[in-house]
Amino acid sequence: MAAVFLVGVVAFVVLRTSFVPRSFGQYGHYRGKAIAEIAALPISYAGHQVCEGCHTDVLDVKSKGVHKGVACESCHGPLAKHADDPASVQPAKLDTAKLCVRCHEANIAKPKNFPQVVAEEHSGGTACNTCHQPHSPAMAAGGSQ
Amino acid sequence: MQIPVEGFMYPNEVELQWSVLIVLYPFLTGLVAGAFILASLERVFQVEAVKPTYRLALLTALAFLMVAPLPLQLHLGHPERSFEMYLTPHGSSAMAMFGFVYLWYLLGVLVLEIWLDYRRDIVVMSQSNTGWKRLFYRALTLGSNNISERSLHIDERVGWLITVIGIPSAFLLHGYVGFIFGSIKANPWWSSPLMPVVFIFSAMVSGIAIVMLLYMLMCWLRREAIDMRCVDTVAKYLFYTFIIDFSLEMLDLIHRIYEADESFRSLDFMVHTRLYLSQVVIQIFLGTVAPIGLLALTQVLKLTDLRRKRIYVIAGCLTLIGIFAMRWNVVIGGQLFSKSFLGYTTYKMGFVAREGLLTAIVLTILPFVILWVLLKLLPPWPEKHSVATSAAASAD
Amino acid sequence: MNITRRQLLILLPAAAIAWEHILAGTPEASPNYNMTDHWWGMLMDITRCIGCGSCVRACQLENQVPDGYFRTWVERYHVTDWEVEYPKVDSPDGGKGGFPTAKEDGGKNFFVPKLCNHCADSPCTQVCPVGATFVSPDGVVLVDQKYCLGCRYCVQACPYGCRFINPKTETANKCTLCYHRITKGLTTACCEVCPTGTRQLADLKNPNDPIHEFLRTHSVQVLKPHLATRAKVFYYGLDGSVR
Repeated sequence: MAAVFLVGVVAFVVLRTSFVPRSFGQYGHYRGKAIAEIAALPISYAGHQVCEGCHTDVLDVKSKGVHKGVACESCHGPLAKHADDPASVQPAKLDTAKLCVRCHEANIAKPKNFPQVVAEEHSGGTACNTCHQPHSPAMAAGGSQ
Repeated sequence: MQIPVEGFMYPNEVELQWSVLIVLYPFLTGLVAGAFILASLERVFQVEAVKPTYRLALLTALAFLMVAPLPLQLHLGHPERSFEMYLTPHGSSAMAMFGFVYLWYLLGVLVLEIWLDYRRDIVVMSQSNTGWKRLFYRALTLGSNNISERSLHIDERVGWLITVIGIPSAFLLHGYVGFIFGSIKANPWWSSPLMPVVFIFSAMVSGIAIVMLLYMLMCWLRREAIDMRCVDTVAKYLFYTFIIDFSLEMLDLIHRIYEADESFRSLDFMVHTRLYLSQVVIQIFLGTVAPIGLLALTQVLKLTDLRRKRIYVIAGCLTLIGIFAMRWNVVIGGQLFSKSFLGYTTYKMGFVAREGLLTAIVLTILPFVILWVLLKLLPPWPEKHSVATSAAASAD
Repeated sequence: MNITRRQLLILLPAAAIAWEHILAGTPEASPNYNMTDHWWGMLMDITRCIGCGSCVRACQLENQVPDGYFRTWVERYHVTDWEVEYPKVDSPDGGKGGFPTAKEDGGKNFFVPKLCNHCADSPCTQVCPVGATFVSPDGVVLVDQKYCLGCRYCVQACPYGCRFINPKTETANKCTLCYHRITKGLTTACCEVCPTGTRQLADLKNPNDPIHEFLRTHSVQVLKPHLATRAKVFYYGLDGSVR
């Protein structure tokens, strides 16, 4: 019986060294290689600095308006693919009637000083860019079309 | 599948993480630990009266222990990676010790003790049987045919030592499960230092009950008279253990109600609504108060053998149902309420699914099938024909 | 040189293993990124959140989060007067599609975005039985998708409800603080698209990070401080009713 146990324990110790992943324990009780694997995942959002590198004209307009803090991809969606190869991926045309209300539809829980309207009463379903220039939307500042 | 939510739950909380299989696992290991403790009563604490249940208790423990990892494997997202617990167990995780405690208890305690206790019979059977049975028993002897007085005495001494080590091992095997729940500060239904203790005592209750029931069943099937002194003693230990278990659970309840911390209102509502049937009706009244009351009757009144047998059967069955309900209430109950204390979800249990009810039923029946095989291979009670064969062997 | 059959039998498998290692390579990491220079956290200014759900949508697109599960989500609170312990909370589809219009109801209403708090004393990494989830040297709590067993213990241990099991991979999943972005000098997807500046990635080890000044001059809170998780997502303007 004792021999059976001894063989089992020895076999376990030997096999263990061959099965434990190489990078395990590198930084802590985990596979060190996992960090690099996670860091290598694909990127979908390019980040506004990348957009501004090419679209300087839009940047000029936007940086003077109230939307200067709103990132490009906040409205235009993830466009890292477009940034990598502009010709191959055309960003979709946006429907402002649906897009803008996500932020600007009046809601009791939104901060009081945030510009919000009841869309029905405000525009009755008309697309917002009929009157507002999305990149610099404030009407009084001469940003409207 | 839309899960109905009442109130508010964090979006990721709506779906339950641990299913009925995780309810089954502590129930099974609880039976193992409890059956073993009953066996140790005779071996270590010299309670002569329960000797007829000794071998049956060990085989019961083995049958259930063999099935115990199955609900866990079926529940894992990647069961093929479960060996990682042996390769890189995380020292701070109670769950990591499962692989080692299980293996130790299975091989180092249970199998070894059974082998040592049955060794003489195995050697006799290896010589008296023919065909594949002969090969099987010969393999089991592990090459040792020595059944001299001295050798048997050594077996007995080592077996005693293993039982002594086995008692804390049994507590560890089931206590760590209680700690898995009891150490989660995120969940106030689970987080409690009492949890491992409650688990151990309820395990002992369920283990003693099932061995008592199996013993009575086996006697009935074999048309043997039930040793009433034995069953009365087992029932007495069941009664005492139950009192302790009930006291612990009541202590937890009273403490909760008295302190009424931030989680109390939410938990109280849950117990009164979603958990009412399984907690108050089944676990507390049917599963604890009723069996304790019935057993108390047998301790206080002078009842006929037949009446006592009937009460033991009813009390035993109610006990097992009650202990299962306790596991259900801990595992499922702990996931029905939101950690925001503002809402409740519903457990949608599938039937024919990997973690469904049918699987749970099959896994509950399986240990009994295994036990039946074990009883055939390693009979706990001396059969009449073996007297003849050993006489024939000694005549050679 | 004559190679015997026996030598070939030993050489071939060894060569195969070596070749496999070469082919696998190590994934490319940003050359300038040194883990020990960073200690990541986030600043959440509740007073600015408009509940638009842009963060939830962006996170889903950036990280392929399956429908019905959330690496980040937004809750809306309604508190009636002084009953701070019993707010009314909702989070329709995690706030992904914004929130339905709500009218004036005489109480206090606000939005609270939530995500993994990347706790320094993380209870979820404590309970992982195999070391599949961990706190990286730069303070991000990550899950090793190739090592996770799917035992769900970490999901139970997280006090904030930020973990889930991905039904496709059957492994634990949660906010990675867009680790694949922040190690390349970008910000997280949620911070990138947040139109009001509610969410701001913070590098606590960087002396020039604006969070240090903010922490010095504002009262901030973390979620469930009594659980001592040393959470690294700091909330400004967090009401006492927030769970």
